[in-house]
Amino acid sequence: MSEAAVSHYLAEYEQFRDTLTAPWPAQPRAAALDFLKTNGFPSRRTEQWKYTDVTPITRKKFTVGRPAPATVDDAFVDSLRFSRLDCHELVFINGSFSAALSRNEPLPDGVTVKSLRSVKPDDALLLESCFPDGEIKNAFSALNTAFVNDGVLIHVPDNTEVATPIHIIYVTGQADETLMSNPRNLVALGRNAGASVIESFAGIPDTEYFTNSHTGILGQAGSRLDYYSIQQESQRAYHIGNTRIRQQADSRVDCHTLSLGGKLARSDIDVELDEPGAEVKLNGLYLTNDRQHIDNHTLIEHKQPHTVSNEHFRGVMNGHSRAVFNGKVIVHEQAQKTEAHQSNANLLLSGSAEVDTKPELEIYADDVRCSHGATVGQLDENMLFYLRSRALDEHAARSLLTYAFADEIIRDIRFPEIRERLEHSIAGELPDTDLIEEFVK
Amino acid sequence: MLTIKDLKVGVENKQILKGLDLTVNAGEVHAIMGPNGSGKSTLANVLAGRDNYETVSGTIEYEGRDLFELAPEERAREGIFLAFQYPVEIPGVNNIYLLKAALNGIREHQGEGALDAVEFLQVVREKMQLVKMDESLLNRSVNEGFSGGEKKRNEIFQMAVLEPRLAILDETDSGLDIDALKIVAEGVNSLRSESRAIVIVTHYQRLLNYIVPDYVHVLSEGKIIRSGSRELAVELEEKGYDWVRQEARAA
Repeated sequence: MSEAAVSHYLAEYEQFRDTLTAPWPAQPRAAALDFLKTNGFPSRRTEQWKYTDVTPITRKKFTVGRPAPATVDDAFVDSLRFSRLDCHELVFINGSFSAALSRNEPLPDGVTVKSLRSVKPDDALLLESCFPDGEIKNAFSALNTAFVNDGVLIHVPDNTEVATPIHIIYVTGQADETLMSNPRNLVALGRNAGASVIESFAGIPDTEYFTNSHTGILGQAGSRLDYYSIQQESQRAYHIGNTRIRQQADSRVDCHTLSLGGKLARSDIDVELDEPGAEVKLNGLYLTNDRQHIDNHTLIEHKQPHTVSNEHFRGVMNGHSRAVFNGKVIVHEQAQKTEAHQSNANLLLSGSAEVDTKPELEIYADDVRCSHGATVGQLDENMLFYLRSRALDEHAARSLLTYAFADEIIRDIRFPEIRERLEHSIAGELPDTDLIEEFVK
Repeated sequence: MLTIKDLKVGVENKQILKGLDLTVNAGEVHAIMGPNGSGKSTLANVLAGRDNYETVSGTIEYEGRDLFELAPEERAREGIFLAFQYPVEIPGVNNIYLLKAALNGIREHQGEGALDAVEFLQVVREKMQLVKMDESLLNRSVNEGFSGGEKKRNEIFQMAVLEPRLAILDETDSGLDIDALKIVAEGVNSLRSESRAIVIVTHYQRLLNYIVPDYVHVLSEGKIIRSGSRELAVELEEKGYDWVRQEARAA
């Protein structure tokens, strides 16, 4: 199965190479294809993919080599915008930048926010964004490197704060063929720079496609990033997302991920705290229904002393769905005075739903404060009885408690418009949407 | 209003209530006193509809209806309110929204229209004064991070807003300092009326100095072994539960 898929993508690449309009460097693409040829796609025998079978993706022959125009209703794109929050918006349709649908807000001097295709090929940042060393982690990052042809480059120079959030919207619509897109984003913050970046992934309902994204984040000393990734792909879509965060001294990244959509979705977030004082917060929420499968893998490496990580993931599983959480924290030998806290809580709403949770803590330093915990459970009977004794019927009480459980992850998001959007999205995924909305408005 | 006959209730094969009889009429305040483990809280929870108890035999009639046929939420809509001994913290569920949903749920059930936001806030403001509730607690999650006293006060505040016909106070005095106790008692006293019955479950007679009951019952080993007036509580305080237990055995 894997070999047939590899052959398919090698053939697609022959066509794709001819469509590249800009003189992109070819060597990293060739190296990525070599990786693919040598390693193939991950199977469940690979520890990292033990609970997620990618066969549904590899047996499809996604079209990636040819541009495939698709029409997307403007109203659908508008529904993804934040109407009451001024954002710098970059909209991509089927992986290609659409200037017509995008919106520019004024930016401070020296700040770069542009689509990758409009970056000059000799720009060093472009090279770094698309082809940094050592980033090929598996077949999917190889495919992204081989086939990347658009995405976003954000560069904020030293001592500059971008107050307006930057919203990157990837929409996939109906096309004649089953499409794969390979978007790539780079966020590079200079010393003491600050920005807020939101990625939204969505597709026209019932469309089958595959989004294979990669985001690289580099925070230099003293920088601060608020990063949101909102995955609301169509119910028939496949989504693989890789995020790689590298942080220097006293930098801070607050990362919020919401995984709602997709038939099969996998998110990997790798964080390297490379210098003292770097701090990361990883908040994640996944909601699964029907026969969805959503997998979240995180890796946090504390490489230097006085680094801090706080990770909190929650999941709500319904129907016959399945979720996976794997959170690994490595505290390297020299990373004394590290503080690392991880928790993962899961709520199973149906007897047929399943979650596999695996916290992993590897500590090689001896003066650290670390904690981790994972829970899987049902709703709290005492809370249920309390609400019912206050005249709420059982159904309403269950819905409300489920919502409250999920809301714990997003209630402290600092932009009210983003928080409300996410709360609305969560309510939409849970039973008794109307009732919850009535309650929380 | 409430008639309990020969109620026998157990949990996990252990019988807790062993034939309890009690009649409460509208306008009355009853105190049920007893040592730890006598079944006081079980009685309060069974009345509110908690389902992890097994009723072996007996009947509970509330305003002419079989209480066992009503789910907890139906009991609440019919005017039963339990002030919890240990009010649970519910992160993410807003205190004031819960109260609004509760009040409107009860009002609609009883054929009164739901209150709009403005009318509701008027009621809230008025009742807050009653128990000197700090306004900042209203918009917090239900009981989350409340001190013990704030939780108990919140229960009485909810009771004041919901205006139940039958209020059951389960050890409301435990964990309260004397000032908080007085405030809670004033709140309860202001709710005394001809149409309302109040059942106070307590270990100590301290609360009864401030909320003077019409009847006092001593619950021991799952049965009411003695009933009397307010003086019974005072006597109990002086002589202890052993005294009444010995008398009951002798009788």
